[in-house]
Amino acid sequence: MDNHAGRRLVAGIPLLWLLLFFLVPFIIVFKISFSEVRLAMPPYAPLLQWLHGLPHPKLNFGNYAFLFTDRLYISSYLYSLKVAAVSTFCCLLIGYPMAYAIAHAGPTWRNVLLMMIVLPFWTSFLLRVYAWIGLLKNNGVINNILMYLGLIHEPLPLLQTDFAVYIGIVYSYLPFMILPLYANLEKHDNTLLEAAADLGAHPVTAFLRITLPQSAAGIVAGSLLVFIPAVGEYVVPSLLGRSDQLMIGRVLSDEFFENRDWPVASAVAILILLALVIPIMLFQHYQRRELEAQK
Amino acid sequence: MRSSRGVFSRTALVFGLVFLYVPILSMVIFSFNNSRLVTVWDAAHSPTLKWYAALMSNGQIMGAAWLSIRIALISATGAVILGTLTGVALARFGPFRGRTLLTGMTTAPIVMPEVITGLSLLLMFVSLEQLIGWPKGSGALTITLSHITFCMAYVTVVVQSRLAGFDESLEEAAMDLGARPVKVFFRITLPLIVPGILSGWLLAFTLSWDDLVITQFVAGPGSSTLPMVIFSKVRLGVSPDVNALATIMVTVVALGIVASAIWMRYQNRRRERDEQLAAAANL
Amino acid sequence: MSAQFQVDTPVPTSREQGEAYVRIENVTKKFGDFAAVDSVSLDVYRGEIFCLLGGSGSGKTTLLRMLAGFETPTAGKIHIDGQDMSTIPPYDRRVNMMFQSYALFPHMTVEKNVAFGLEQEKLGRQEIKRRVGEILEIVKMSSFLARRPHQLSGGQRQRVALARALVKRPKLLLLDEPLAALDRKLRENTQFELINIQKRLGVTFIVVTHDQEEAMTLSSRMGVMNHGKIAQVGTPAAIYESPATKFVADFIGSVNMFEGRVLDEASGSLRIQSEELGCVVAVERSVNCARGATVWTALRPEKINISRDQEQGSPENVVRGTVKEIAYMGDVSIYHVQIDSRKIVRVTLPNIMRDAEHRITRNETVYLSWHGSSPVVLTE
Repeated sequence: MDNHAGRRLVAGIPLLWLLLFFLVPFIIVFKISFSEVRLAMPPYAPLLQWLHGLPHPKLNFGNYAFLFTDRLYISSYLYSLKVAAVSTFCCLLIGYPMAYAIAHAGPTWRNVLLMMIVLPFWTSFLLRVYAWIGLLKNNGVINNILMYLGLIHEPLPLLQTDFAVYIGIVYSYLPFMILPLYANLEKHDNTLLEAAADLGAHPVTAFLRITLPQSAAGIVAGSLLVFIPAVGEYVVPSLLGRSDQLMIGRVLSDEFFENRDWPVASAVAILILLALVIPIMLFQHYQRRELEAQK
Repeated sequence: MRSSRGVFSRTALVFGLVFLYVPILSMVIFSFNNSRLVTVWDAAHSPTLKWYAALMSNGQIMGAAWLSIRIALISATGAVILGTLTGVALARFGPFRGRTLLTGMTTAPIVMPEVITGLSLLLMFVSLEQLIGWPKGSGALTITLSHITFCMAYVTVVVQSRLAGFDESLEEAAMDLGARPVKVFFRITLPLIVPGILSGWLLAFTLSWDDLVITQFVAGPGSSTLPMVIFSKVRLGVSPDVNALATIMVTVVALGIVASAIWMRYQNRRRERDEQLAAAANL
Repeated sequence: MSAQFQVDTPVPTSREQGEAYVRIENVTKKFGDFAAVDSVSLDVYRGEIFCLLGGSGSGKTTLLRMLAGFETPTAGKIHIDGQDMSTIPPYDRRVNMMFQSYALFPHMTVEKNVAFGLEQEKLGRQEIKRRVGEILEIVKMSSFLARRPHQLSGGQRQRVALARALVKRPKLLLLDEPLAALDRKLRENTQFELINIQKRLGVTFIVVTHDQEEAMTLSSRMGVMNHGKIAQVGTPAAIYESPATKFVADFIGSVNMFEGRVLDEASGSLRIQSEELGCVVAVERSVNCARGATVWTALRPEKINISRDQEQGSPENVVRGTVKEIAYMGDVSIYHVQIDSRKIVRVTLPNIMRDAEHRITRNETVYLSWHGSSPVVLTE
């Protein structure tokens, strides 16, 4: 039946594309992470070598061992997880009340406000991070204002600090936190809060016992949308962060571009992925549920 | 009852919006500043358009912008085609072999750290070239292929959720009335998801136009996109012509978004009025 | 007007000629291990309105979707007008469907919606225009040609959906819960209109519904479905008055059911001893069952007589009880009477008189009796 052939084609083309350009690349990264580096193009030794006409696999765990012996890798790995966790938490603290306020605004305002949240997302990520350099640097806007007001006499070192990285990540990823939270909060039934009040619950209690638990799915989705990419964030720490404490994304990129050590870069990538497998699967689970709920 | 919580969340909203817009506004303001020191306002000679002039005569930036536009146009179109196919398959085909795999591979790129996607794509291209001699080196082709891959996920999500909002019986009705599957797609399904496809295309265009990290991995020498040029410039510190560039981009996006919002509002109003009329004329 | 639309007198059904127009033979549809439709056989005759009545999950919609071609039977055959439908896709079947959601294309006008099916037949533009005009005339929607679906009320959408399916002149029209989306008042009018249109055009209708009232008013015959099987087929009156199983008796209308044992049996009559009822039931009807067999006596609430005084005569078909609840419904009142065996019996009485003076009140002791032709004896 031509119906079946057509369906196979529709699903098959993107499936093949994603296999080739998404799944196979990961397998290759995994493979290369077990290779030895060498001075050639490409700069890694093949895994399978032929000895006396027989395939002879040469698995090399040296790259992983190396990552655990040099403190640089472990410390930037842990630092990245910390930065991502703290930034996610800050995004949640700022984003939740914002999403709540938008969900409770009148219909006209709601659309305008949503538009204002989404608009920065459509402008360049890179340029928005760059804008913070001008604000945070020693003779930047913030220091100038503080000095003008006489609050400080010496410029505060703001740029190239952990603080700057947090600001940068929170700033860039805030819409990703707000949108799923809003989508969730907007669906809440207001009569539940009225019922809680009717039964004698204080507004704070009603919020903690009714609204907060019901928005758990939105909190999880928003947090994952911020946390997962933040772990591997490269642009923000490169422009705003410390030079003595790198994030793991930067380490990966340096290994690749500066040291031309593709196997170690691959091993770093696999290590990052290991930390993110569970969050990514959680995210997919949540996405599926969202789509099913729409039906 | 709504007062205390309302005041708190509304205050947070105002501060949050200030936080979102101050950096952008500061770029806009300082793009008209005469001083090269960017953050020190030279009141005597400002506002000035000289950084805009400098930007226009900067061959490297203009060249990179042109390359970025071409890549974004092709990537967005490719992503829309593949993403629409995926969205239709996931929203309409029910269970099929490879469905779980397809779902997984469309949601994962959305959150995957870009350094990982970039590295894996490059390693794949290198292996592929070793194997079959294609693609020859890195450049616009590898950038475009990579951009299509990470953009199609977004298009899929938009199309899939739009289709989920429509009853599948629309397609069945068309088939029942004698239209073959291909015709059903072009006469019924496609017109219904056109708004989703359009916003998916715009989103894909923006993402491709803006991408730095993945592009850096797969670009190779000689093909620098606009984000790559900007990045290498601002790594060395602030630069006033980048402010001018940012201002242009923000203006274009803001105008586009405001225009589309007004249009959507007009459409909604008309629709509401129609529905009221229909309800009033109930037989 | 075309010849087909000029028919004003009812078309003789093919039942009168004895041949099935739609023949469903041992059709089974499995989803995984679950049989949604379980070896159903059914004949529908030309010109009928046949209703498939059942609860959700009874398999009625799956059966309808197999007739439309959206699902393929796992086993069995479907013939329409003598043609085996197994390999024919929905777009090549001269069968059309009116969807429960109406499924009007939101991006097309009423005219375009109705014309869509004719365009697929590659008819000329003039011909399409003429036939669209004709059918919209019949459903009284001619003045809404240029409207979009969202500009129509629920009733108007229903008419457009009907016109869109009928304009193709199908051999068979399938209607999935055609009135479920309409409000109560509108539903009643539309039912009669639907019957009129069907008579006028002579198209065979198969209607799926979960609403027994709808099934009763619409259908010439109906089939009650349960767990993927057909429980009973017959005219509405036959199914209501002579249900074949406990399920059908209970599903259509309300019923009081009493378990009992056959005392003796003669031609044309039967006596049943029921502990649950506390009296002997004498039935003026022959039922095929042996003495001593367990049977169920089904009594419709409106067929039970309620009175303050015990009639003189035989102790059969009469039982004493106390009124526990009375629900005043306007046209009728419903009495819940607890009989001496503690069982609650439901009785309905029309409120013939306006004044309430002589009505039976709560806690009164009453006698329930019924005519010997009223009980239905069921063995399964």
